[in-house]
Amino acid sequence: MPNVMLKKNADGKLVFYVPKKDLEEVAESVEFDSPEQWGGEVLLSDGSKYYFEPQAQPDFPVTLRAKRVDSGE
Amino acid sequence: MAALTREETEALIQEVLEVYPDAAKKDRAKHLAVNDQSLEKSNKCITSNRKSLPGVMTIRGCAYAGSKGVVWGPIKDMIHISHGPVGCGQYSRAGRRNYYVGTTGVNTFGTMNFTSDFQEKDIVFGGDKKLAKIMHEIEELFPLNKGISIQSECPIGLIGDDIEAVAKKANKEINKPVVPVRCEGFRGVSQSLGHHIANDAIRDWVLENRDGDDSFPTTPYDVAVIGDYNIGGDAWSSRTLLEEMGLRVVAQWSGDGTIAEMEKTPKVKLNLIHCYRSMNYIARHMEEKYKIPWIEYNFFGPTKIAESLRKIAALFDETIQANAEKVIARYQAEYEAVIAKYKPRLQGKRVMLYVGGLRPRHVIGAYEDLGMEVVGTGYEFGHNDDYDRTIKEMGNATLIYDDVTGYEFEEFVKRVKPDLIGSGVKEKYIFQKMGVPFRQMHSWDYSGPYHGYDGFAIFARDMDMTLNNPCWKQIKAPWKAAASEQVAVAAGA
Repeated sequence: MPNVMLKKNADGKLVFYVPKKDLEEVAESVEFDSPEQWGGEVLLSDGSKYYFEPQAQPDFPVTLRAKRVDSGE
Repeated sequence: MAALTREETEALIQEVLEVYPDAAKKDRAKHLAVNDQSLEKSNKCITSNRKSLPGVMTIRGCAYAGSKGVVWGPIKDMIHISHGPVGCGQYSRAGRRNYYVGTTGVNTFGTMNFTSDFQEKDIVFGGDKKLAKIMHEIEELFPLNKGISIQSECPIGLIGDDIEAVAKKANKEINKPVVPVRCEGFRGVSQSLGHHIANDAIRDWVLENRDGDDSFPTTPYDVAVIGDYNIGGDAWSSRTLLEEMGLRVVAQWSGDGTIAEMEKTPKVKLNLIHCYRSMNYIARHMEEKYKIPWIEYNFFGPTKIAESLRKIAALFDETIQANAEKVIARYQAEYEAVIAKYKPRLQGKRVMLYVGGLRPRHVIGAYEDLGMEVVGTGYEFGHNDDYDRTIKEMGNATLIYDDVTGYEFEEFVKRVKPDLIGSGVKEKYIFQKMGVPFRQMHSWDYSGPYHGYDGFAIFARDMDMTLNNPCWKQIKAPWKAAASEQVAVAAGA
C-alpha cells in the first residue's frame, strides 16, 4: 500500500510519484476518470498497475494510498 | 584515444569487476552500466541508493553531512548546533564555501562552528540539560540570531535524547524558531537521507510559520530559487539572470538564505529547483499543500541557460518571455567571446565526472559548449530518478557508475584515459599523482561561481587553466623519462 503523489503534467496527463521507490511515471490510463468518480485501476507507462478506491475526483496534486495490482516486470 | 565502443566498455566493466569476491562482484555489477540512450528508465540498467559494500572505498558522506552541511548549514542567520561530539562539526566547518553577506558572529553565522561538545558524562546521563543551557548561552552571546537548529550527530539517536522536547521548550522561552533535526549519521546509506530528513524538518518546523499571515505583499512574478547553495557565489550569478528577466526572487534555498525567506516561500508563484536531489522533497510538498508548481532548471553553460530561461519564462506572461530573449541576447557577445577563446584550446578533450546531487548531469552541457565530451559520469548518492534524467544527457556507450569505489574509479581512469577528471577532494590527489588533470567539482576548486553566464566564463578559464597547465608535462622524473626512451630505442632497433 504505497503512498502515491499524483499530479497533472503540462499535457494534462497524470504523473505518478512513489517517494519511497523514486518511481516517477506517467499514467497511461485511469479506469474511472470523470469529475464524479475517479480511481480504479491505473496503468503506468512502465506496465505496472495500481488500484485506487473509486472516489470523487481529488484536487491534484494530492497524495493517496494505492494498492499494487501487479509488478509488471 | 578514440572513444570506446559499447562492447569495449562492457568488457572494461567485466575486467574491473574481476578482482572482487563473487558476492561483491554480483553486487557491484548492478551499479556499473554502459549508457544506452534508447532506455526510458534507468532501473533497467543501474541500481542506486543502496548500502555501500563493507571493505571498498566509498566516497559517500552521512545523513548529518546532508542536513548540516548541505541543507541547513548555509542558512546564514540561524545558529546550527552540531549536537554531539566536537569532531563532526569542526572538521566540516566552512568547507563547502557557501558564500553569504553579513557580519560573521554578529548577524550571520555561516562559517562558525557551534557544538555541544559531548563528553562521556553526557553519553551516560544524557545531553538534554546541556542542550537547553546552550540555547540560553547562544541567546546571550549572539542576540541577533534569528533561530536555532539542532543537528543531531550519531550519539543523540543512540542514547535516545529527547531533543524535540528541548526544542519546544526553548522555542517558548526565546521566542524564535528552534528546529530539532534527527539527522544522525547512521541513518540511511548516504547523505541523501540527510537531505530528506532536513527537508522534512523544514516542512514540520518552518514552512507553516506564516500560514494565514498575508502581510507580505506579493507580485505575480515571485519565485524561489531552491537547491542552490551559493558555492563560490553560484546563487548570486543565477539570481541576477532571473531578476533581469523581471522575476522577483523572494527566497534563496539555502545559499545566502535566511529563515525569513524560507518562511515566505509558500507565498511564491513558482519554485525553481536547481539541485533536484537535495530539495525535490520540499518542492513536492509545497506543490501539494500550497499548489505551487515547480520546475527544474540548469544554469551551467550558455546552451542550457538559454533553454532554462525560456522554460521558466514560458510559465509567465509575454513580458517575461520577451525579457528572457533580451537577457539571452544581452549576454550573447560575452559568452561567444568565451567560447571563441577557450574552445580551440579545449576542443575534443574528454572528461570523466563523479560528483554529488546534480552536477553529474547538469555540467555536461557546459563541457559540450566548450567542445569537450563527457565520457563517464556517476553519482555518489543519486537515486533512480537522477539516473533517469542522466541517460538522455550522456552519449551512447559512455560509462555510468553509481557509488563508484576508489579501486573501480582508478581502473576506469587508467583504461579510458580522460583528459580531465571532475570529482571531489578525496579523489583529487590520487589522480593528480597519476598525472591526470583534475578539478574539484564540489567546491569548484576554491574558484567559482560556475552558474549563469558570468559563471561560465570562470568555468571555461578554470578548465583551460587545469587542462593546459604545463605541469602535466613534468610528471615523469627526468631519469625515468630518459630510461623509457632508451627502452623504446632498444625495442625499435
